[in-house]
Amino acid sequence: MSSMIEFRDVQKYYGKFHALKDINLKIDKGETVVLIGPSGSGKSTLARTVNGLETIQEGQLIVNGRDIADKTTDINRIRTDVGMVFQHFNLYANKDVLENVMLAPRIVLKLNEAENKKMAMNLLDQVGLADKAHNMPSQISGGQAQRVAIARSLAMKPRCMLFDEPTSALDPEMIDDVLGVIKYVTSQSDMTSLIVTHEMGFAEEVANRVIFMADGQILEDDETETFFKNPTNERASQFLGKIIKH
Amino acid sequence: MIKLLVDNWSAFISGFGWTVLSSLVALFFSLIIGSLFAILEVMPSKTARVIGNVYVEIFRNIPLLVITMFFYLVIPQYIVKINGFTAGTIGLTIYTSAFIAETVRSGINSVDIGQMEASRAQGMTFWQAMRYIVLPQAFKLVIPPLGNQFINLVKNSSVLAFVAGFDLMYQGNAIASTTFETVNTYIVVGLFYLVITLPISYYMQHLERKLA
Repeated sequence: MSSMIEFRDVQKYYGKFHALKDINLKIDKGETVVLIGPSGSGKSTLARTVNGLETIQEGQLIVNGRDIADKTTDINRIRTDVGMVFQHFNLYANKDVLENVMLAPRIVLKLNEAENKKMAMNLLDQVGLADKAHNMPSQISGGQAQRVAIARSLAMKPRCMLFDEPTSALDPEMIDDVLGVIKYVTSQSDMTSLIVTHEMGFAEEVANRVIFMADGQILEDDETETFFKNPTNERASQFLGKIIKH
Repeated sequence: MIKLLVDNWSAFISGFGWTVLSSLVALFFSLIIGSLFAILEVMPSKTARVIGNVYVEIFRNIPLLVITMFFYLVIPQYIVKINGFTAGTIGLTIYTSAFIAETVRSGINSVDIGQMEASRAQGMTFWQAMRYIVLPQAFKLVIPPLGNQFINLVKNSSVLAFVAGFDLMYQGNAIASTTFETVNTYIVVGLFYLVITLPISYYMQHLERKLA
């Protein structure tokens, strides 16, 4: 199977701080990979390099066959293939729910209006929010906002989705709805997903592979079952022990 | 005072007209130029940020009168003949645009960075993200300070009096020096300025309430 995302000896610095160290990682098309680790370990940074929201200083990062670090690569073109869901939803505050979904397909993909609207309503229906189409983002709950954000990403027909702690800012009772939608998205056979999360039960359920990061390094990269049953890395097993206690 | 107003009606009205015209032209162009430099100041490119910053720091830190005199005396001598009204209005535009740039930039910076990130993550260009997402939110946030800038602009247009711009202040000076009714003249001039600035003030308040 060919790879969707491939890190080759990637280094990322914030000034002198070495945020990502020697990252080598291959994610195949259709795979669902969950990224876990303590806060400050570089998980979000790693996810954000995939669509160029963070730049890398060394190495190669190939996304859908194109090298992100190459200056001649059209980053906006890559971004249309890579959807991103943020911790704080980041719905466009000056647009209603329907416009949030329709805007980028209209101005980036130049989709025609009727087709765009039909697709947007369809997506909102899939995430259970068709009745909120004309609400402003400030008028819906966090869980609803995150489902709209997922619909907004899917409207670009991405080949790959990045979820950056999608449930961390949500009230507990909202989390299940959002996880349900993410599970549905990742179950599409041709969708590649990279999910940064602290929801271990969810990770165990959806992931093909789990990656454990600490201090900017990948310390463990295993099949899901192996990871949760016999983590080989000591820090990974310590981390799991702490998480599961709560 | 009524007699003074009636006797010099045409001079007051002509001055009022030039003041309104200069203010409108300067408002329109300073809003456009100011917004452009505000965007330059927040662009990813460092060169763009430096250019934006240099423009703002130069023109907001030089007195309006000095900028205006430059356009009135220096430009006609070396480059192109312009009259006092044009020189004054250009000076006013450039001076005000530096303040509007700072105002708009502060608005852009107050919009959550996530709005820009989400836009870029969907493949929008920096300019598309600015146009559709960031600027509409930024302008809404800076309506009150922008209103202040507009009011200052109208009042600052009195700089035209120094460069023979035939505005309200210029006419006031002329009337005062021929009638010797100094106090009354400047009271009338002040009232004419209020006729322009008060509606702006109330309109901005209305806009603020409407968009809040």
